[in-house]
Amino acid sequence: MALDDQKSVFKFVGTRPDRPDGLDKVTGRAKFGADAYAAGMLHGAILRSPHAHARIVKIDASKAEAHRDVKAVVTRADFSDKVEFKPGLAGEFWNVLENVMAGEKALYDGHAVAAVAATSALAARDALKLIEVEYEVLPHVTDVDKAMAADAPVIREGAADYSVPEGLHPNVVRYHESGHGDVEAGFAEADLVIEDSFTTEATHQGYIEPHACLASLGGDGKGELWCCTQGHWIAQKTCAALLGIETAQLRVTASEIGGGFGGKTTVFIEPVALALSRKANRPVKIVMSRSEVFRATGPTSSASMDIKIGMKKDGTITAAEGIFRLQGGAFPGAPGDMTAMCAFAPYDLSNVRQVGYDVMANRPKQAAYRAPGAPMGAFAVESVLDELCNQLGLDPLDVRLKNAAHDGSKASYGPTYDQIGLVKTLEEAKAHPHYAAPLKPGQGRGISCGFWFNHGGETSVSLALSEDGSAQLMVGTPDIGGSRASMALMAVEVLGIPYENIRVTVADTATLGYNDVSHGSRVTYASGLATIKAAKHAVEKLCERAAAKWGIPVDAVKWEDGCAVPSGPNAGDFDPLPLADITANMGATGGPISGHFEATPEGAGVSFGTHIVDAEVDPETGKTAITRYTVIQDAGKAIHPAYVEGQYQGGAAQGIGWALNEEYIYGEDGRLQNSIFLDYRIPVASDLPMIDTVIVEVPNPGHPFGVRGVGETGIVPPLAAIANAVSNAAGVRMRDLPMSPPRILAALKARDG
Amino acid sequence: MSKLHVSTTVNGDSVEFLCDPRETLLDCLRDKLNLTGAKEGCGTGDCGACSVTVDGRLVCSCLMLGVEADGKDIATVEGMAEGEELHPLQKKFIEYAALQCGICTPGVLVAAKALLEKNPNPTEEEARYWLAGNLCRCTGYDKIIRAVMDTAADMREAS
Repeated sequence: MALDDQKSVFKFVGTRPDRPDGLDKVTGRAKFGADAYAAGMLHGAILRSPHAHARIVKIDASKAEAHRDVKAVVTRADFSDKVEFKPGLAGEFWNVLENVMAGEKALYDGHAVAAVAATSALAARDALKLIEVEYEVLPHVTDVDKAMAADAPVIREGAADYSVPEGLHPNVVRYHESGHGDVEAGFAEADLVIEDSFTTEATHQGYIEPHACLASLGGDGKGELWCCTQGHWIAQKTCAALLGIETAQLRVTASEIGGGFGGKTTVFIEPVALALSRKANRPVKIVMSRSEVFRATGPTSSASMDIKIGMKKDGTITAAEGIFRLQGGAFPGAPGDMTAMCAFAPYDLSNVRQVGYDVMANRPKQAAYRAPGAPMGAFAVESVLDELCNQLGLDPLDVRLKNAAHDGSKASYGPTYDQIGLVKTLEEAKAHPHYAAPLKPGQGRGISCGFWFNHGGETSVSLALSEDGSAQLMVGTPDIGGSRASMALMAVEVLGIPYENIRVTVADTATLGYNDVSHGSRVTYASGLATIKAAKHAVEKLCERAAAKWGIPVDAVKWEDGCAVPSGPNAGDFDPLPLADITANMGATGGPISGHFEATPEGAGVSFGTHIVDAEVDPETGKTAITRYTVIQDAGKAIHPAYVEGQYQGGAAQGIGWALNEEYIYGEDGRLQNSIFLDYRIPVASDLPMIDTVIVEVPNPGHPFGVRGVGETGIVPPLAAIANAVSNAAGVRMRDLPMSPPRILAALKARDG
Repeated sequence: MSKLHVSTTVNGDSVEFLCDPRETLLDCLRDKLNLTGAKEGCGTGDCGACSVTVDGRLVCSCLMLGVEADGKDIATVEGMAEGEELHPLQKKFIEYAALQCGICTPGVLVAAKALLEKNPNPTEEEARYWLAGNLCRCTGYDKIIRAVMDTAADMREAS
């Protein structure tokens, strides 16, 4: 249901003003994670396992502890022993603790086993060499299919939760199954059924800023933490649990954040820095190296998938089935359930069944990466759809339009869709000049749809007015990509004051109520909704003051263009009363005027996109060039369109990397072989074309201005769209990502027999 | 290990510091001089977030030792604006939303300025190859390249 008061005509929303933090970020003034210093500060460094799987027999830190530059050494014994192990995700604090500092076993190459604090960064690094660790190396497994096989080494007994059926390997820790209809009957109705298998490799979020923090924790249990994070309240809660202190005694301040994409939604070094600080009784700073980021922070899951889809000659999908196995490192959490639920979500299907597995292996604990789980499933499903279209001689956009989910469709994962924009994105794709543009020899075109749920989450916002009529807005979601600008636009849309007259601050954990992480594409939706409601709350008070001044009932006053005005001719004849005239006397007329909003908004509104890609494959080298790229996505309502375009372009670019180059490469010894940017190659400027964008606006009924999150959906279609383009260019179906030059050369060779 | 005394010029100011011979120029800029505009994204010269110029030449400050800066003329992002007047690239980056998180921005700006000083009229391809050493994970480079190309056009017109 649409909100009764949903707004559709805007003065500020939809414009493209300069971002409020722009100056700081182009002058080097903005303070990121590693830019903090404190008096008496020590530097921390972390010793990491060189083994993929090993029992820690003994850690002898006596030589390090004896060194004059070393002020503290910590191991697992220095963290809380009250954190309880539970199966699956029920004991996530234990999982995080086990990840940030190994207990009995090192579970992957790069797993932290001890840490030091010393008087300089060099001294800390040197001191690591003085710590002696005795390991008993154990058999390891890094591949998802091998990790599920009967003979795979068991990573941790008892990690599987209630959802896992009997008879599966203990490394399978969560299981998901959903769908509706009768898939076997559906396949029987089809004119063509294609069944195929696909794999994707683990990729890293690849934020350019390595994790960094500055921590201080005293003997009184009171602490301060500065860190780059997507969510400082989750950092506060998790660190407090892992250190055994009270949550409210730890104040966490989020620095500017140099990218996250899901990878900074948890903690890695923060509890370690706090433990070192508590032991040394001095502030401790830890900054990860790039290699540590790759080896020990969240890559995405790798995946192995089987898809079966039946289609009639006219393009109607009769049934669809998918099995998705996701490897998430040595801990539960791989989003097999998300992959399964998103895979067929763009289509209105009578018969659909999806199964997801969460599988552990000796790799770092997977972390969320932009629409976690969805891109892999879309790659597999949309590849099979493309192949069906090719074999039946059908237009891939027409087939998607024919089967597209629309308002009222029952989603493959259960609920019934409200107002959604998929059909609009497909129609825009069909009308776009890109779709009709001729291709050169050696080029292929691919399209794909993509879906993401979007998320609401706990949200607190506070807005305070100043006597001079300016406003300060405090939000709790770190600004990852220009959200201060969109929050300011939404607030001034309600208040009616100039954009320049508001200052947006990302408040620390001590000055605002709880806020969920900047994830799930939730910031513009949820913090935006809370900002609008907080501004409206302040406006109510402004109207009350005007009513009191005029001596009329408050319901006879309305707010228009930054002024209180009588609501109609019967309310009385008064000149408009500007906001600044009310705030100038607010101390004497009832006190400071602020607006608040605290809630967990539930109407995030799902989002769909359609991508069109042209790729050119060099048959000599196997190298693929992306020659043209168009993103069409539903934003509900674009608050600051330039940053919406930026999200679309960034999602596409990350998808191009995932499709063509990026992968975690493990040796036989279970060690990561490409832990620097030279060997783990993310797209550079010369790899990419301009990325065209089309913003579709089908308002989300769950947001006062119609906003849908836009951050994640943009990475869902690229893997499939590019694979379809490459497959069509090369004349051979590409089933395994990344489509690196050697893989493409091998496929071309196989094609030619 | 005893420390070495380095005298150098940074953004026109004479500065001195003591550094361990193993410390990079980036370490010295950030930790000795508190110039934290240059960022360490990789420490291996692959990401360009630490870009500065040394005697006018674009370098990754993580690949140069602090002691090598002795007697040189270093320019960092902190010296790009003339007082309150932003460099045209800085203005255009804000106007075009050519940054999202902003961590790569100082390095990209220093590199783009070096490009335009060398080649005031780059083609899009030349700009893309020049900036290929500056990784950005947020933007897909589209708005960055547009900002650089349009700044170049504006600066040509103004000169």
